[in-house]
Amino acid sequence: MIKVEGLTRKYGDFTAVDNVSFVCQPGTVTGFLGPNGAGKTTTMRVMVGLTPPTSGRVTIGGHLYHQIPNPGRHVGVLLDASAQHAGRTGREILEIGARTMGLASSRIDEMIELVSLTPTEAKRRLRNYSLGMKQRLGIAHALLGDPSVLILDEPANGLDPAGIRWMRGLLKGYAERGGTVLLSSHLLNEVELIADEMILIGNGRIVAQGNKASLLAGAGAVSTLVTSLDNERLAKALLADGVTVASAGDGLRVESEPVTVGRAALESGVVLTDLRHADGALEDLFLELTSDTQREHLVTGPTA
Amino acid sequence: MSTTTYDHTLDISGTAPVPFSRLVKVELRKMADTRAGRWLLISIAALTALVLAIQLAVILSNDLEVDFRAFLIAMNTPMGILLPVLGIMSVTSEWTQRTAMVTFTLEPSRSRLVLTKFVSTMLVAVVAVVVGLALSVAANLLYGALSGNEVLWDIGVMDVVYYFLLHVFGMATGFAFGTLFLNTAVAIVIYFVYSFVLPGLFQLGAQLIDWFADIQPWVDFAAAQNPLIEGNVNGEQWAQLAVSGLLWLGLPLAVGLWRVLRAEVK
Repeated sequence: MIKVEGLTRKYGDFTAVDNVSFVCQPGTVTGFLGPNGAGKTTTMRVMVGLTPPTSGRVTIGGHLYHQIPNPGRHVGVLLDASAQHAGRTGREILEIGARTMGLASSRIDEMIELVSLTPTEAKRRLRNYSLGMKQRLGIAHALLGDPSVLILDEPANGLDPAGIRWMRGLLKGYAERGGTVLLSSHLLNEVELIADEMILIGNGRIVAQGNKASLLAGAGAVSTLVTSLDNERLAKALLADGVTVASAGDGLRVESEPVTVGRAALESGVVLTDLRHADGALEDLFLELTSDTQREHLVTGPTA
Repeated sequence: MSTTTYDHTLDISGTAPVPFSRLVKVELRKMADTRAGRWLLISIAALTALVLAIQLAVILSNDLEVDFRAFLIAMNTPMGILLPVLGIMSVTSEWTQRTAMVTFTLEPSRSRLVLTKFVSTMLVAVVAVVVGLALSVAANLLYGALSGNEVLWDIGVMDVVYYFLLHVFGMATGFAFGTLFLNTAVAIVIYFVYSFVLPGLFQLGAQLIDWFADIQPWVDFAAAQNPLIEGNVNGEQWAQLAVSGLLWLGLPLAVGLWRVLRAEVK
Protein backbone atom coordinates (compact mmCIF):
# COMPACT_ATOMS: atom_id res chain seq x y z
CA MET A 1 0.00 0.00 0.00
CA ILE A 2 1.28 3.44 -0.91
CA LYS A 3 0.18 6.29 1.33
CA VAL A 4 0.86 9.89 0.37
CA GLU A 5 0.18 12.33 3.20
CA GLY A 6 0.04 16.09 2.72
CA LEU A 7 2.88 16.04 0.24
CA THR A 8 4.22 19.41 -0.89
CA ARG A 9 7.30 20.11 -2.97
CA LYS A 10 8.33 23.66 -3.78
CA TYR A 11 11.05 24.92 -6.10
CA GLY A 12 11.61 28.48 -4.96
CA ASP A 13 8.28 30.21 -5.49
CA PHE A 14 6.94 27.45 -7.69
CA THR A 15 4.89 24.74 -6.04
CA ALA A 16 5.25 21.57 -8.10
CA VAL A 17 3.20 19.42 -5.71
CA ASP A 18 0.69 21.10 -3.43
CA ASN A 19 -0.60 19.26 -0.36
CA VAL A 20 -1.28 16.00 -2.16
CA SER A 21 -2.75 13.03 -0.27
CA PHE A 22 -3.94 9.71 -1.62
CA VAL A 23 -3.73 6.00 -1.02
CA CYS A 24 -3.00 3.15 -3.43
CA GLN A 25 -4.58 -0.06 -2.20
CA PRO A 26 -3.14 -3.55 -2.66
CA GLY A 27 -4.99 -5.56 -5.28
CA THR A 28 -5.73 -2.51 -7.38
CA VAL A 29 -4.21 -0.57 -10.20
CA THR A 30 -4.22 3.15 -9.45
CA GLY A 31 -3.94 5.52 -12.38
CA PHE A 32 -2.22 8.82 -11.75
CA LEU A 33 -3.49 11.12 -14.40
CA GLY A 34 -2.69 14.68 -15.31
CA PRO A 35 -1.31 16.90 -18.04
CA ASN A 36 2.43 17.30 -18.52
CA GLY A 37 4.01 19.21 -15.67
CA ALA A 38 1.11 18.56 -13.29
CA GLY A 39 3.37 17.08 -10.60
CA LYS A 40 3.00 13.35 -11.27
CA THR A 41 6.69 12.66 -11.75
CA THR A 42 7.73 14.84 -8.80
CA THR A 43 5.29 12.94 -6.56
CA MET A 44 6.67 9.59 -7.73
CA ARG A 45 10.26 10.78 -7.29
CA VAL A 46 9.51 11.76 -3.70
CA MET A 47 8.03 8.27 -3.13
CA VAL A 48 11.37 6.62 -3.86
CA GLY A 49 13.59 9.20 -2.18
CA LEU A 50 15.09 10.81 -5.27
CA THR A 51 13.53 14.17 -4.42
CA PRO A 52 13.19 15.35 -0.83
CA PRO A 53 9.71 16.67 -0.01
CA THR A 54 9.27 20.22 1.28
CA SER A 55 6.63 18.87 3.65
CA GLY A 56 4.48 15.79 4.04
CA ARG A 57 5.58 12.22 3.53
CA VAL A 58 5.06 9.03 1.60
CA THR A 59 5.06 5.59 3.14
CA ILE A 60 5.09 2.30 1.29
CA GLY A 61 3.55 -0.52 3.29
CA GLY A 62 4.07 1.59 6.40
CA HIS A 63 7.74 2.42 5.77
CA LEU A 64 9.60 5.37 4.37
CA TYR A 65 11.38 4.26 1.21
CA HIS A 66 14.88 4.63 2.61
CA GLN A 67 13.94 2.44 5.59
CA ILE A 68 13.19 -0.52 3.32
CA PRO A 69 16.19 -2.86 3.20
CA ASN A 70 17.12 -3.97 -0.31
CA PRO A 71 14.16 -1.96 -1.65
CA GLY A 72 14.26 -3.55 -5.11
CA ARG A 73 12.86 -6.73 -3.50
CA HIS A 74 9.77 -4.87 -2.27
CA VAL A 75 9.15 -1.95 -4.60
CA GLY A 76 9.56 -2.06 -8.37
CA VAL A 77 10.35 1.34 -9.81
CA LEU A 78 10.36 2.63 -13.38
CA LEU A 79 10.65 6.39 -13.54
CA ASP A 80 12.42 6.91 -16.86
CA ALA A 81 13.16 4.05 -19.21
CA SER A 82 15.85 6.11 -20.94
CA ALA A 83 17.77 6.74 -17.73
CA GLN A 84 20.18 3.86 -18.31
CA HIS A 85 23.72 3.79 -19.65
CA ALA A 86 23.44 3.91 -23.44
CA GLY A 87 26.52 1.72 -23.78
CA ARG A 88 25.22 -1.19 -21.71
CA THR A 89 23.32 -4.06 -23.23
CA GLY A 90 19.77 -4.68 -22.08
CA ARG A 91 20.85 -7.88 -20.42
CA GLU A 92 23.74 -6.20 -18.62
CA ILE A 93 21.37 -3.56 -17.22
CA LEU A 94 19.24 -6.33 -15.74
CA GLU A 95 22.40 -8.15 -14.61
CA ILE A 96 23.48 -5.12 -12.55
CA GLY A 97 20.02 -4.85 -10.99
CA ALA A 98 19.88 -8.57 -10.23
CA ARG A 99 23.36 -8.57 -8.69
CA THR A 100 22.60 -5.56 -6.53
CA MET A 101 19.43 -7.23 -5.27
CA GLY A 102 21.19 -10.57 -4.88
CA LEU A 103 19.10 -12.53 -7.38
CA ALA A 104 19.99 -15.59 -9.42
CA SER A 105 20.77 -14.78 -13.03
CA SER A 106 18.00 -17.18 -14.13
CA ARG A 107 15.66 -14.40 -12.98
CA ILE A 108 17.08 -12.17 -15.73
CA ASP A 109 16.14 -14.65 -18.44
CA GLU A 110 12.66 -15.02 -16.96
CA MET A 111 12.12 -11.26 -17.04
CA ILE A 112 13.48 -10.89 -20.58
CA GLU A 113 11.02 -13.55 -21.66
CA LEU A 114 8.18 -12.00 -19.68
CA VAL A 115 8.52 -8.65 -21.43
CA SER A 116 8.92 -10.36 -24.85
CA LEU A 117 12.40 -9.13 -25.64
CA THR A 118 14.23 -11.66 -27.79
CA PRO A 119 17.65 -12.91 -26.60
CA THR A 120 19.20 -11.08 -29.57
CA GLU A 121 17.54 -7.82 -28.57
CA ALA A 122 18.71 -8.31 -24.99
CA LYS A 123 22.30 -8.44 -26.25
CA ARG A 124 21.98 -5.10 -28.03
CA ARG A 125 23.19 -1.89 -26.43
CA LEU A 126 20.55 0.43 -25.07
CA ARG A 127 21.38 3.20 -27.56
CA ASN A 128 20.01 0.92 -30.28
CA TYR A 129 16.71 0.39 -28.47
CA SER A 130 13.44 1.98 -29.55
CA LEU A 131 11.45 3.73 -26.82
CA GLY A 132 9.06 0.77 -26.73
CA MET A 133 11.93 -1.65 -26.15
CA LYS A 134 13.32 0.60 -23.43
CA GLN A 135 9.93 0.56 -21.72
CA ARG A 136 9.80 -3.24 -21.87
CA LEU A 137 13.29 -3.42 -20.42
CA GLY A 138 12.33 -0.89 -17.73
CA ILE A 139 9.30 -2.99 -16.77
CA ALA A 140 11.51 -6.08 -16.65
CA HIS A 141 13.87 -4.16 -14.37
CA ALA A 142 11.03 -3.07 -12.10
CA LEU A 143 9.75 -6.65 -11.81
CA LEU A 144 13.17 -8.26 -11.26
CA GLY A 145 13.02 -8.41 -7.48
CA ASP A 146 9.45 -9.78 -7.47
CA PRO A 147 8.18 -6.70 -5.60
CA SER A 148 4.71 -6.32 -4.11
CA VAL A 149 4.47 -2.63 -5.03
CA LEU A 150 5.02 -1.18 -8.49
CA ILE A 151 5.61 2.51 -9.23
CA LEU A 152 5.65 3.22 -12.96
CA ASP A 153 5.93 6.65 -14.55
CA GLU A 154 4.39 6.78 -18.04
CA PRO A 155 5.08 3.08 -18.68
CA ALA A 156 2.90 2.96 -21.80
CA ASN A 157 4.78 5.80 -23.43
CA GLY A 158 6.30 4.52 -26.68
CA LEU A 159 4.58 1.12 -26.58
CA ASP A 160 2.63 0.12 -29.68
CA PRO A 161 -1.07 -0.79 -29.29
CA ALA A 162 -0.22 -4.47 -28.88
CA GLY A 163 2.36 -3.52 -26.28
CA ILE A 164 -0.15 -1.42 -24.37
CA ARG A 165 -2.59 -4.30 -24.35
CA TRP A 166 0.14 -6.63 -23.14
CA MET A 167 1.06 -4.26 -20.32
CA ARG A 168 -2.57 -3.91 -19.34
CA GLY A 169 -2.86 -7.68 -18.96
CA LEU A 170 0.42 -7.86 -17.07
CA LEU A 171 -0.49 -5.17 -14.54
CA LYS A 172 -4.07 -6.39 -14.07
CA GLY A 173 -2.77 -9.87 -13.32
CA TYR A 174 -0.18 -8.44 -10.98
CA ALA A 175 -2.83 -6.52 -9.03
CA GLU A 176 -5.14 -9.54 -8.92
CA ARG A 177 -2.38 -11.46 -7.15
CA GLY A 178 -2.41 -8.79 -4.44
CA GLY A 179 0.12 -6.33 -5.78
CA THR A 180 -0.18 -2.57 -5.51
CA VAL A 181 0.28 -0.74 -8.80
CA LEU A 182 0.60 3.00 -9.32
CA LEU A 183 1.05 4.11 -12.90
CA SER A 184 1.02 7.60 -14.29
CA SER A 185 -0.04 8.86 -17.67
CA HIS A 186 -1.08 12.05 -19.38
CA LEU A 187 -3.34 10.03 -21.66
CA LEU A 188 -6.78 9.28 -20.27
CA ASN A 189 -7.64 6.36 -22.52
CA GLU A 190 -4.47 4.54 -21.46
CA VAL A 191 -5.45 4.77 -17.83
CA GLU A 192 -9.21 4.31 -17.89
CA LEU A 193 -8.94 0.83 -19.41
CA ILE A 194 -6.51 -0.43 -16.84
CA ALA A 195 -6.96 1.51 -13.62
CA ASP A 196 -9.42 0.55 -10.89
CA GLU A 197 -8.90 3.87 -9.18
CA MET A 198 -7.96 7.16 -10.76
CA ILE A 199 -6.27 10.19 -9.28
CA LEU A 200 -6.51 13.33 -11.37
CA ILE A 201 -3.86 15.93 -10.73
CA GLY A 202 -3.53 19.39 -12.23
CA ASN A 203 -1.09 22.14 -11.34
CA GLY A 204 0.23 20.15 -8.38
CA ARG A 205 -3.19 19.63 -6.79
CA ILE A 206 -5.49 16.65 -6.80
CA VAL A 207 -8.62 17.72 -8.61
CA ALA A 208 -10.58 14.48 -8.41
CA GLN A 209 -10.17 10.87 -7.38
CA GLY A 210 -12.24 7.72 -7.43
CA ASN A 211 -13.18 4.96 -9.84
CA LYS A 212 -14.55 5.69 -13.27
CA ALA A 213 -18.21 5.44 -12.26
CA SER A 214 -17.87 7.69 -9.23
CA LEU A 215 -15.87 10.25 -11.16
CA LEU A 216 -18.57 10.41 -13.83
CA ALA A 217 -21.32 10.54 -11.26
CA GLY A 218 -19.53 13.32 -9.45
CA ALA A 219 -19.19 15.26 -12.64
CA GLY A 220 -22.92 14.88 -13.30
CA ALA A 221 -22.21 14.87 -16.99
CA VAL A 222 -23.15 11.46 -18.26
CA SER A 223 -23.98 11.08 -21.89
CA THR A 224 -24.84 8.14 -24.07
CA LEU A 225 -24.28 7.38 -27.72
CA VAL A 226 -27.08 5.45 -29.37
CA THR A 227 -27.83 4.20 -32.85
CA SER A 228 -31.14 2.65 -33.77
CA LEU A 229 -33.19 1.62 -36.80
CA ASP A 230 -35.36 4.73 -36.29
CA ASN A 231 -33.36 7.53 -34.74
CA GLU A 232 -36.08 10.09 -35.33
CA ARG A 233 -38.73 8.24 -33.35
CA LEU A 234 -36.28 7.51 -30.56
CA ALA A 235 -35.26 11.17 -30.38
CA LYS A 236 -38.89 12.19 -30.09
CA ALA A 237 -39.53 9.72 -27.30
CA LEU A 238 -36.46 10.97 -25.43
CA LEU A 239 -37.37 14.61 -25.92
CA ALA A 240 -40.82 13.81 -24.56
CA ASP A 241 -39.08 12.50 -21.40
CA GLY A 242 -37.30 15.86 -21.14
CA VAL A 243 -33.85 14.54 -22.10
CA THR A 244 -31.46 16.57 -24.28
CA VAL A 245 -30.74 14.85 -27.60
CA ALA A 246 -28.45 15.84 -30.41
CA SER A 247 -27.61 14.10 -33.65
CA ALA A 248 -24.13 12.58 -33.70
CA GLY A 249 -22.84 10.77 -36.79
CA ASP A 250 -25.12 7.85 -37.63
CA GLY A 251 -26.87 8.08 -34.29
CA LEU A 252 -27.73 10.30 -31.37
CA ARG A 253 -25.90 11.77 -28.42
CA VAL A 254 -28.16 11.74 -25.38
CA GLU A 255 -27.37 13.63 -22.20
CA SER A 256 -28.48 10.81 -19.94
CA GLU A 257 -27.59 7.32 -18.70
CA PRO A 258 -27.84 4.45 -21.22
CA VAL A 259 -30.64 2.94 -19.09
CA THR A 260 -32.90 5.93 -19.82
CA VAL A 261 -32.28 5.55 -23.52
CA GLY A 262 -32.90 1.80 -23.41
CA ARG A 263 -36.16 2.27 -21.58
CA ALA A 264 -37.31 4.93 -24.06
CA ALA A 265 -36.45 2.56 -26.92
CA LEU A 266 -38.40 -0.28 -25.32
CA GLU A 267 -41.43 1.90 -24.76
CA SER A 268 -41.43 3.32 -28.26
CA GLY A 269 -40.61 -0.05 -29.85
CA VAL A 270 -37.42 1.10 -31.61
CA VAL A 271 -34.70 -1.47 -32.31
CA LEU A 272 -31.29 -0.40 -30.96
CA THR A 273 -28.17 -1.34 -32.89
CA ASP A 274 -25.65 0.36 -30.60
CA LEU A 275 -25.91 1.74 -27.06
CA ARG A 276 -22.99 2.88 -24.92
CA HIS A 277 -21.53 5.48 -22.60
CA ALA A 278 -20.07 8.35 -24.58
CA ASP A 279 -16.30 7.91 -24.30
CA GLY A 280 -15.77 11.61 -24.25
CA ALA A 281 -17.45 12.14 -20.90
CA LEU A 282 -14.46 11.28 -18.78
CA GLU A 283 -12.15 13.09 -21.13
CA ASP A 284 -14.29 16.21 -20.95
CA LEU A 285 -14.19 15.96 -17.19
CA PHE A 286 -10.45 15.48 -17.21
CA LEU A 287 -9.84 18.46 -19.47
CA GLU A 288 -12.29 20.62 -17.57
CA LEU A 289 -10.77 19.81 -14.20
CA THR A 290 -7.18 20.25 -15.27
CA SER A 291 -7.54 23.16 -17.69
CA ASP A 292 -8.97 25.38 -14.97
CA THR A 293 -5.92 24.97 -12.83
CA GLN A 294 -3.71 25.25 -15.88
CA ARG A 295 -5.13 28.63 -16.94
CA GLU A 296 -5.01 29.97 -13.44
CA HIS A 297 -1.39 28.99 -13.29
CA LEU A 298 -0.57 30.71 -16.56
CA VAL A 299 -2.09 33.97 -15.44
CA THR A 300 -1.02 34.21 -11.84
CA GLY A 301 1.70 31.60 -11.52
CA PRO A 302 5.30 32.68 -11.07
CA THR A 303 7.87 31.72 -13.65
CA ALA A 304 9.83 28.72 -12.49
CA MET B 1 -13.35 -6.19 -4.69
CA SER B 2 -12.18 -7.33 -1.28
CA THR B 3 -9.15 -5.20 -0.68
CA THR B 4 -9.35 -6.07 3.01
CA THR B 5 -7.97 -9.54 2.34
CA TYR B 6 -4.64 -8.05 1.25
CA ASP B 7 -1.76 -7.14 3.49
CA HIS B 8 -1.42 -3.39 3.73
CA THR B 9 2.00 -3.40 5.30
CA LEU B 10 5.28 -4.56 3.85
CA ASP B 11 6.95 -7.24 5.90
CA ILE B 12 10.58 -6.20 5.74
CA SER B 13 11.77 -8.25 8.70
CA GLY B 14 13.04 -11.05 6.46
CA THR B 15 14.99 -8.83 4.08
CA ALA B 16 18.65 -8.12 4.73
CA PRO B 17 20.13 -4.86 3.51
CA VAL B 18 22.34 -5.09 0.43
CA PRO B 19 25.78 -6.06 1.79
CA PHE B 20 28.58 -3.56 1.23
CA SER B 21 30.78 -6.15 -0.49
CA ARG B 22 28.03 -6.84 -3.03
CA LEU B 23 27.71 -3.14 -3.82
CA VAL B 24 31.48 -2.92 -4.35
CA LYS B 25 31.39 -5.92 -6.70
CA VAL B 26 28.58 -4.31 -8.70
CA GLU B 27 30.47 -1.01 -8.90
CA LEU B 28 33.61 -2.79 -10.14
CA ARG B 29 31.52 -4.52 -12.76
CA LYS B 30 30.02 -1.19 -13.86
CA MET B 31 33.52 0.19 -14.49
CA ALA B 32 34.24 -2.48 -17.07
CA ASP B 33 30.89 -3.38 -18.65
CA THR B 34 30.74 -0.54 -21.18
CA ARG B 35 33.09 0.01 -24.10
CA ALA B 36 34.21 3.34 -22.66
CA GLY B 37 35.06 1.85 -19.28
CA ARG B 38 36.63 -1.33 -20.62
CA TRP B 39 38.84 0.54 -23.09
CA LEU B 40 39.92 3.01 -20.47
CA LEU B 41 41.12 0.11 -18.30
CA ILE B 42 42.80 -1.60 -21.27
CA SER B 43 44.44 1.63 -22.43
CA ILE B 44 45.87 2.31 -18.98
CA ALA B 45 47.72 -1.00 -19.15
CA ALA B 46 48.54 -0.71 -22.86
CA LEU B 47 49.84 2.87 -22.63
CA THR B 48 51.97 1.99 -19.62
CA ALA B 49 53.46 -0.92 -21.56
CA LEU B 50 54.00 1.34 -24.59
CA VAL B 51 55.75 4.07 -22.60
CA LEU B 52 58.01 1.48 -20.98
CA ALA B 53 58.80 -0.07 -24.37
CA ILE B 54 59.73 3.32 -25.84
CA GLN B 55 61.89 4.11 -22.85
CA LEU B 56 63.61 0.74 -23.13
CA ALA B 57 64.27 1.33 -26.84
CA VAL B 58 65.77 4.77 -26.18
CA ILE B 59 67.95 3.42 -23.35
CA LEU B 60 69.23 0.52 -25.44
CA SER B 61 69.93 2.54 -28.56
CA ASN B 62 71.88 5.14 -26.56
CA ASP B 63 73.70 2.59 -24.41
CA LEU B 64 72.50 4.27 -21.23
CA GLU B 65 72.92 2.75 -17.80
CA VAL B 66 69.77 2.98 -15.71
CA ASP B 67 68.23 1.51 -12.61
CA PHE B 68 64.73 0.31 -11.72
CA ARG B 69 63.61 3.77 -10.61
CA ALA B 70 63.93 5.06 -14.18
CA PHE B 71 61.24 2.62 -15.27
CA LEU B 72 59.04 3.41 -12.31
CA ILE B 73 59.12 7.12 -13.15
CA ALA B 74 58.20 6.32 -16.76
CA MET B 75 55.27 4.20 -15.58
CA ASN B 76 53.94 7.12 -13.58
CA THR B 77 53.07 9.31 -16.52
CA PRO B 78 50.31 7.29 -18.21
CA MET B 79 48.96 6.11 -14.85
CA GLY B 80 48.95 9.62 -13.46
CA ILE B 81 46.90 10.87 -16.40
CA LEU B 82 44.43 8.02 -16.87
CA LEU B 83 43.67 6.77 -13.34
CA PRO B 84 42.13 10.10 -12.28
CA VAL B 85 39.94 9.96 -15.39
CA LEU B 86 38.70 6.55 -14.24
CA GLY B 87 38.02 8.07 -10.82
CA ILE B 88 36.08 10.92 -12.40
CA MET B 89 34.03 8.60 -14.62
CA SER B 90 33.06 6.23 -11.84
CA VAL B 91 31.06 9.11 -10.34
CA THR B 92 30.06 11.27 -13.28
CA SER B 93 28.84 8.54 -15.62
CA GLU B 94 25.99 7.90 -13.15
CA TRP B 95 24.86 11.49 -13.66
CA THR B 96 25.74 12.03 -17.29
CA GLN B 97 24.05 8.74 -18.25
CA ARG B 98 21.35 9.29 -15.61
CA THR B 99 21.79 5.82 -14.14
CA ALA B 100 21.91 7.46 -10.70
CA MET B 101 18.11 7.32 -10.74
CA VAL B 102 18.23 3.52 -10.80
CA THR B 103 21.30 3.15 -8.59
CA PHE B 104 19.84 5.33 -5.85
CA THR B 105 16.48 3.57 -5.89
CA LEU B 106 18.14 0.18 -5.46
CA GLU B 107 20.31 1.51 -2.61
CA PRO B 108 18.72 4.62 -1.11
CA SER B 109 21.62 5.37 1.25
CA ARG B 110 23.65 7.80 -0.83
CA SER B 111 26.54 8.07 1.62
CA ARG B 112 26.86 4.30 1.49
CA LEU B 113 26.87 4.33 -2.31
CA VAL B 114 29.48 7.07 -2.52
CA LEU B 115 31.67 5.12 -0.11
CA THR B 116 31.15 2.03 -2.28
CA LYS B 117 32.28 3.94 -5.33
CA PHE B 118 35.28 5.35 -3.51
CA VAL B 119 36.37 1.93 -2.27
CA SER B 120 35.95 0.36 -5.69
CA THR B 121 37.96 3.08 -7.45
CA MET B 122 40.71 2.72 -4.83
CA LEU B 123 40.76 -1.03 -5.46
CA VAL B 124 41.22 -0.35 -9.16
CA ALA B 125 44.02 2.14 -8.39
CA VAL B 126 45.82 -0.47 -6.29
CA VAL B 127 45.46 -3.14 -8.97
CA ALA B 128 46.66 -0.68 -11.62
CA VAL B 129 49.79 0.09 -9.62
CA VAL B 130 50.44 -3.62 -9.17
CA VAL B 131 50.15 -4.10 -12.94
CA GLY B 132 52.39 -1.04 -13.48
CA LEU B 133 55.00 -2.40 -11.09
CA ALA B 134 54.93 -5.78 -12.82
CA LEU B 135 55.40 -4.13 -16.21
CA SER B 136 58.29 -2.07 -14.83
CA VAL B 137 59.92 -5.18 -13.40
CA ALA B 138 59.59 -6.83 -16.82
CA ALA B 139 61.09 -3.76 -18.50
CA ASN B 140 64.02 -3.73 -16.10
CA LEU B 141 64.67 -7.46 -16.63
CA LEU B 142 64.51 -6.98 -20.40
CA TYR B 143 66.92 -4.07 -20.09
CA GLY B 144 69.38 -6.32 -18.27
CA ALA B 145 69.01 -9.15 -20.74
CA LEU B 146 69.32 -6.97 -23.84
CA SER B 147 72.05 -4.57 -22.72
CA GLY B 148 74.16 -6.98 -20.71
CA ASN B 149 74.38 -4.35 -17.98
CA GLU B 150 73.84 -5.19 -14.35
CA VAL B 151 70.15 -5.10 -13.33
CA LEU B 152 69.76 -2.73 -10.39
CA TRP B 153 66.85 -2.95 -7.94
CA ASP B 154 67.61 0.11 -5.88
CA ILE B 155 64.24 0.67 -4.29
CA GLY B 156 62.92 -0.12 -0.86
CA VAL B 157 59.57 -1.04 0.54
CA MET B 158 58.80 2.61 1.25
CA ASP B 159 59.29 3.51 -2.41
CA VAL B 160 56.61 1.02 -3.35
CA VAL B 161 54.32 2.38 -0.66
CA TYR B 162 54.90 5.91 -2.03
CA TYR B 163 53.89 4.76 -5.51
CA PHE B 164 50.67 3.36 -4.21
CA LEU B 165 50.05 6.60 -2.30
CA LEU B 166 50.78 8.69 -5.37
CA HIS B 167 48.18 6.93 -7.48
CA VAL B 168 45.66 6.65 -4.70
CA PHE B 169 45.95 10.43 -4.37
CA GLY B 170 45.55 10.87 -8.13
CA MET B 171 42.51 8.63 -8.31
CA ALA B 172 40.98 10.21 -5.21
CA THR B 173 41.49 13.71 -6.61
CA GLY B 174 39.76 12.65 -9.82
CA PHE B 175 36.95 11.15 -7.75
CA ALA B 176 36.64 14.40 -5.79
CA PHE B 177 36.45 16.47 -8.98
CA GLY B 178 33.83 14.04 -10.26
CA THR B 179 31.59 14.53 -7.21
CA LEU B 180 32.14 18.29 -7.41
CA PHE B 181 31.07 18.72 -11.03
CA LEU B 182 28.89 15.62 -11.62
CA ASN B 183 29.58 15.92 -15.33
CA THR B 184 32.21 13.86 -17.15
CA ALA B 185 33.39 16.43 -19.68
CA VAL B 186 33.51 19.35 -17.25
CA ALA B 187 35.26 17.35 -14.54
CA ILE B 188 37.91 15.98 -16.94
CA VAL B 189 38.66 19.39 -18.47
CA ILE B 190 38.92 21.12 -15.09
CA TYR B 191 41.00 18.24 -13.75
CA PHE B 192 43.45 18.54 -16.64
CA VAL B 193 43.68 22.30 -16.19
CA TYR B 194 44.40 21.62 -12.53
CA SER B 195 47.02 18.98 -13.24
CA PHE B 196 48.77 20.44 -16.33
CA VAL B 197 48.23 24.21 -16.34
CA LEU B 198 48.10 25.04 -12.66
CA PRO B 199 51.55 23.64 -11.67
CA GLY B 200 53.14 25.87 -14.34
CA LEU B 201 51.25 28.90 -13.07
CA PHE B 202 52.31 28.08 -9.52
CA GLN B 203 55.96 27.90 -10.58
CA LEU B 204 55.72 31.12 -12.52
CA GLY B 205 54.03 32.84 -9.60
CA ALA B 206 56.70 31.59 -7.22
CA GLN B 207 59.43 33.01 -9.47
CA LEU B 208 57.79 36.39 -9.92
CA ILE B 209 56.23 37.06 -6.55
CA ASP B 210 58.38 36.76 -3.47
CA TRP B 211 55.75 36.05 -0.88
CA PHE B 212 54.06 33.48 -3.14
CA ALA B 213 57.30 31.51 -3.31
CA ASP B 214 56.92 30.88 0.41
CA ILE B 215 53.38 29.56 0.25
CA GLN B 216 53.62 27.75 -3.11
CA PRO B 217 54.87 24.48 -1.61
CA TRP B 218 51.89 24.50 0.74
CA VAL B 219 49.22 25.00 -1.94
CA ASP B 220 50.72 23.13 -4.90
CA PHE B 221 49.48 19.54 -4.50
CA ALA B 222 51.25 18.35 -7.66
CA ALA B 223 54.61 19.72 -6.52
CA ALA B 224 54.02 18.32 -3.04
CA GLN B 225 53.70 14.84 -4.57
CA ASN B 226 57.11 15.01 -6.25
CA PRO B 227 58.99 13.77 -3.16
CA LEU B 228 56.83 10.62 -3.38
CA ILE B 229 58.19 9.96 -6.88
CA GLU B 230 61.74 10.65 -5.75
CA GLY B 231 61.25 8.25 -2.87
CA ASN B 232 62.34 10.59 -0.12
CA VAL B 233 59.84 12.53 1.96
CA ASN B 234 60.88 14.55 5.00
CA GLY B 235 58.70 15.89 7.80
CA GLU B 236 58.04 19.28 6.26
CA GLN B 237 57.20 17.66 2.93
CA TRP B 238 54.63 15.41 4.60
CA ALA B 239 53.09 18.52 6.12
CA GLN B 240 53.04 20.26 2.72
CA LEU B 241 51.46 17.16 1.20
CA ALA B 242 48.77 17.19 3.90
CA VAL B 243 48.01 20.91 3.61
CA SER B 244 47.91 21.05 -0.20
CA GLY B 245 46.03 17.74 -0.27
CA LEU B 246 43.42 19.16 2.04
CA LEU B 247 43.01 22.05 -0.39
CA TRP B 248 42.85 20.11 -3.68
CA LEU B 249 41.50 16.75 -2.54
CA GLY B 250 39.79 17.27 0.80
CA LEU B 251 37.89 20.44 -0.02
CA PRO B 252 36.51 19.38 -3.45
CA LEU B 253 35.57 16.01 -1.97
CA ALA B 254 33.75 17.63 0.96
CA VAL B 255 31.82 20.04 -1.26
CA GLY B 256 31.20 17.25 -3.81
CA LEU B 257 29.85 14.87 -1.15
CA TRP B 258 27.58 17.57 0.20
CA ARG B 259 26.32 18.04 -3.34
CA VAL B 260 25.74 14.34 -4.02
CA LEU B 261 23.97 13.76 -0.72
CA ARG B 262 21.63 16.70 -1.23
CA ALA B 263 21.16 16.82 -4.98
CA GLU B 264 17.88 15.92 -6.58
CA VAL B 265 18.64 12.95 -8.80
CA LYS B 266 17.36 13.72 -12.28
